[in-house]
Amino acid sequence: MKSEQQYIELYQEASDLIKRKSCEVMNAVRDEAFQQFMSIGFPTRKAERYRYTDVATAFAPNYGISLAPLDVKPSLYIYTIKDAPIDVAPYYHKIADAHDPITALNAALVHDALLIHVPKNTLVEDPIVVDNWLRGTSPTMMNRRILIIMESGAEATIIINDREGQGARGEEQARLLTTQVIEVYCHDNARLDLYEIEDTTPLCSRFSNVYIHEGRDCSVKHNSITLFNGQTRNLCDVYLRGENSEVTLNGCAIGSGSQHIDNNTFIRHEVPHCTSNELYKYVVDGQSVGAFAGKILVEKDAQKTTSQETNANLCASSDARMYTQPMLEIYADDVKCAHGSTVGVMDETALFYMRQRGIPEAEARSLLKNAFMGQVIDQIKYEPLRQKLYVKVEKRFRGELEKCDDCRLCK
Amino acid sequence: MSESNSFVRSLTEKKYEFGFTTDVHTEIIDKGLNEDVIRLISEKKREPDWLLQFRLESYRYWLTQTQPAWGHVHLPEIDYQAISYYADPTVKKGQGSKGQEIDPELMKTFDKLGIPLEERLALSGTAVDAVMDSVSVKTTFKEKLSEKGIIFCSISEAVKNHPDLVKQYLGSVVPPKDNYFAALNSAVFSDGSFVYIPKNTRCPMELSTYFRINARNTGQFERTLIVCDEGSYVSYLEGCTAPMRDENQLHAAIVEIVVMDNAEVKYSTVQNWYPGDAEGRGGVLNLVTKRGDLRGVNSKLSWTQVETGSAITWKYPSCVLRGDNSQAEFYSVAVTNNHQEADTGTKMIHLGKNTRSTIISKGISAGHSQNSYRGLVRVGKHADGARNYSSCDSLLLGSQCGAHTFPYMDIHNNTATVEHEATTSKINEEQLFYCNQRGISTEEAVGLIVNGYAKDVINKLPMEFAVEAQKLLSVSLEGTVG
Repeated sequence: MKSEQQYIELYQEASDLIKRKSCEVMNAVRDEAFQQFMSIGFPTRKAERYRYTDVATAFAPNYGISLAPLDVKPSLYIYTIKDAPIDVAPYYHKIADAHDPITALNAALVHDALLIHVPKNTLVEDPIVVDNWLRGTSPTMMNRRILIIMESGAEATIIINDREGQGARGEEQARLLTTQVIEVYCHDNARLDLYEIEDTTPLCSRFSNVYIHEGRDCSVKHNSITLFNGQTRNLCDVYLRGENSEVTLNGCAIGSGSQHIDNNTFIRHEVPHCTSNELYKYVVDGQSVGAFAGKILVEKDAQKTTSQETNANLCASSDARMYTQPMLEIYADDVKCAHGSTVGVMDETALFYMRQRGIPEAEARSLLKNAFMGQVIDQIKYEPLRQKLYVKVEKRFRGELEKCDDCRLCK
Repeated sequence: MSESNSFVRSLTEKKYEFGFTTDVHTEIIDKGLNEDVIRLISEKKREPDWLLQFRLESYRYWLTQTQPAWGHVHLPEIDYQAISYYADPTVKKGQGSKGQEIDPELMKTFDKLGIPLEERLALSGTAVDAVMDSVSVKTTFKEKLSEKGIIFCSISEAVKNHPDLVKQYLGSVVPPKDNYFAALNSAVFSDGSFVYIPKNTRCPMELSTYFRINARNTGQFERTLIVCDEGSYVSYLEGCTAPMRDENQLHAAIVEIVVMDNAEVKYSTVQNWYPGDAEGRGGVLNLVTKRGDLRGVNSKLSWTQVETGSAITWKYPSCVLRGDNSQAEFYSVAVTNNHQEADTGTKMIHLGKNTRSTIISKGISAGHSQNSYRGLVRVGKHADGARNYSSCDSLLLGSQCGAHTFPYMDIHNNTATVEHEATTSKINEEQLFYCNQRGISTEEAVGLIVNGYAKDVINKLPMEFAVEAQKLLSVSLEGTVG
């Protein structure tokens, strides 16, 4: 049986139930999204944007679908979509690429969505934190949907954590599959720092698609940090649609064991005078697989574009694999675009220097890896998160992260 | 940069100077492609049965495939039945067989192209195999080379005279099932060159092949096979032109290179097929599979290409670095203007230990053209200590053109060091200003900068070939500005 079939049957059986639990604005696009999914199915590895992740296999096991309602503490800016203070119909499933199979499947199956709405000229000082606790005793599929609307002049920091949930000791854990679609709309002059931190277990598979729209004079920073996971595929599409905007995409990924981390980004410069910066770093150890594909497209009239894309990778074991694919597609002539990509080993002379001075080899290696990742962590503006990540990354390289939940520092 | 700049104008409005046709009687077989046509081609070339079977098998595989469309080019749907797969300009009128004498028209054609077929007139130090349409017209200096044991002849002759060598190596680097166009070529290939350099021999002269498409509604499917045995060296050059025609002409070639222990091959291409007119009508579709297999330890292969012609160029001269300590280089300048499209680059497959590769690619786009670099660097699991450096720069002359970079890196070994960098920009305003300050006009300054930009690669071309290459490049890159 093809992997798609069980989802098609699931939808045919459960669509009425999902629709009842959901709301009008989500149901409005549901059937069309399902039709779209039926016609395209799961992508094969021949599809350019899915070269490095075998989607059909990840979706093949039989998962139960979770329809639990979202647990949202009432606050000023966070709502479930049913309680939206504004009309979300012009936003929901509009910027998301309807032809992407994961997005289409998510739109068909998702029953509830989170809305973060920051009103005009409002500065939200404390970060808005979304925690996803992942834990389950039977194989479960979760479909998550987040809509972020930054009105003009709004400013906020949003942290989305994927973390291992607390459960009873000795409880046997099952595989979990997550699809996530985040749509971000930044109106003129808005500023957003969006952090996505994944620190889960090898049993978790995650397929996340982020779509960002930027108006005039906007600034968006998106940080995607994969500390610990099973299989991850992150897609991030940015559309620069107003002049003088900028976007920064940062990412770091640490792989060990048989983890799989695939980041796929696409930045589309549609108007002149925009800036984009991209920095992704990977350390792959064990039999893990890292993949990075980043495309920057500069349209014909997007003159005076400045763009820099950097991807640096460390292969730490002989079984680890790294795929990288930084791409430029440029149709305007007055631009400055550059990309660089490296895959390499640790500097032997630096290791030797440290060992000379009495630092044990393992320690020296861990110091070097830390310094390598430090460049990405340094970019994090929100101080407490930055400090926490320094500690977490260090622990991760020492292989102590599994113990981390019990220590006070990381709480 | 403004389009009024006369340098840019001269570059984009440049006329194609090799667009003449030769009025010579040419025997062309009927259009269409089927097993009978393949049998006919094989029969005309008096080929042994194994080669016919090789062709038929390739053809049957080709039938099961569809034309690929993943390139960043607008490849038209090609009607493979509207092409004639064999055109022989050497057959005399009224005679069934080939004349011994070369038709003076053909001699004149190659003279006009700057490739004299008379040995006494030829540039000393270069042996030429001249191929028109489907047939090799003449190979010069054959005897002189054979004194050293070097075999340099057309592939049809090689099949007759050295069947064992051909059978051993043909299809061993680019198998017929490699890709769609490789399968097509393996089914219908006509002439190309065969080079065999025996052990411990340094080829005393540059070997070169000049390809010319002349006949209407034909395609050229040449096949080149170069085998460089242990401890030997050869430098091989390839040039190509075609007349101006309104319809697209298909050129689907295969080049296979085998490099043994301690051997070195330099392969240089100056590709100047007809690029189509200013509106993008006509031009050659250049769909070529080129690959070198560095089988031996310490072997070395270097691809240098200067791509100025063709409506569509879609090719990736590649290297399989199988032998330990082998080295590969790829130097490319691709110039596109008007409505030309190029999607070219290289593949470096590192399999042996301590293998090294360098990729230097320079793209220049003008007019409405699209110029893409696409390259793969793969480091296999056992390729310890592999090293790659890639650099691809694109220069944009004009606001209607595009420059794209699609590098792929697949690394399966933790001791590999792979670096890639790419930049895309227009001509640096500061450099222009610097030249202007010192009394150099903007036109001249642009000429200087573009020329300097491509020099890295042009300098890699062998000196002996400089006569044609320099002439072509000065026309392509500098226009009226010296």
